[in-house]
Amino acid sequence: MIETLDLWIVIVGLGLGSFTLRFVFLGVIGDKQLPPWVLRHLRYTAVSMLPALVAPLVVWPAATGGQTDPLRLCTALTAFAVGYVTKSVFAAMIAGAAVLLAGGYWL
Amino acid sequence: MARQDVMSSFSRGFRDGLPFLAVVIPFSMLFGVVATEAGLNVLETLSFSVVVIAGAAQFTALSLMSDGAPTAIVLASALAVNMRHAMYSASITPHLGGLPLWKRIVTAYFLVDQTYASSMLDYEKHPDQTIAQKWAYFLGVVAPICPPWYLGTVAGALLGEAIPVEMGLDFALPITFIAMIAPGLRTPAHRIAALTAVAVSLGFAWLPYNLGLMVGGLCGMIAGAETERRAQT
Repeated sequence: MIETLDLWIVIVGLGLGSFTLRFVFLGVIGDKQLPPWVLRHLRYTAVSMLPALVAPLVVWPAATGGQTDPLRLCTALTAFAVGYVTKSVFAAMIAGAAVLLAGGYWL
Repeated sequence: MARQDVMSSFSRGFRDGLPFLAVVIPFSMLFGVVATEAGLNVLETLSFSVVVIAGAAQFTALSLMSDGAPTAIVLASALAVNMRHAMYSASITPHLGGLPLWKRIVTAYFLVDQTYASSMLDYEKHPDQTIAQKWAYFLGVVAPICPPWYLGTVAGALLGEAIPVEMGLDFALPITFIAMIAPGLRTPAHRIAALTAVAVSLGFAWLPYNLGLMVGGLCGMIAGAETERRAQT
């Protein structure tokens, strides 16, 4: 059983900590000009952090206990290919969901 | 005229955020179910989602607490999961850093994976926006994502196990992230950054506290920046 005090320490502590992580650069740097080499690295933050987040989830899905799953690999590749070609986030989501659901139904 | 531009950025953001409902609703409901099963009441469950507003960290904290882990460990582990948000904060600062302090505070609070990724994609696609338009876009994405996160949590807490939320759900999150990444790979530098990040994060997946993600992400950024620099010279 989770103690009420512990729970609130975690909620408040995690809330403050998460906010600090999200605020740190927005708050401290604000509209100060950053050096070009920093800006150059920041331009690639989104296309680096998100793939790094997703790759292990795709290759070793938690739902299969970390076993690589052909259906989930196909789903991921389809979503990627459709998103890459059409440049549409929505089309990629639909395509991925369709493969996953169809595969789950037939397999 | 200016007002119209701001409104059109907001509605574009709202439209781009809508598909994420397909992930936000089941996940927030699942959190509500899991939290009530762990013994939290509805108010505690809702507070968790409102105060922390970070899905992965919430699930991590809850499961560690249910296992009886010490509070300090719970906090450290869940915050490690959220470390990527500091990178998001840095990378959105060139776009929104000029906002007044209270707007930057609001931005920071709502800076989650989906709002961040959608905004960065849009700012690259429509680089001529004013800062007011960029902020309007951000808030537009927030609208269909963050309030439903709170509502879904409450719904899950109230309905409990009456709702089947598990079917294929584990993979909804990866699909939406991939869908956000793929259209953003416009240049060779973007593609090399993403490819490097994938390879390194897989190679370092054994690191504790989600550090493989940080190592992979940083290597991807360096690879992308270096490719861009070489292309210019």
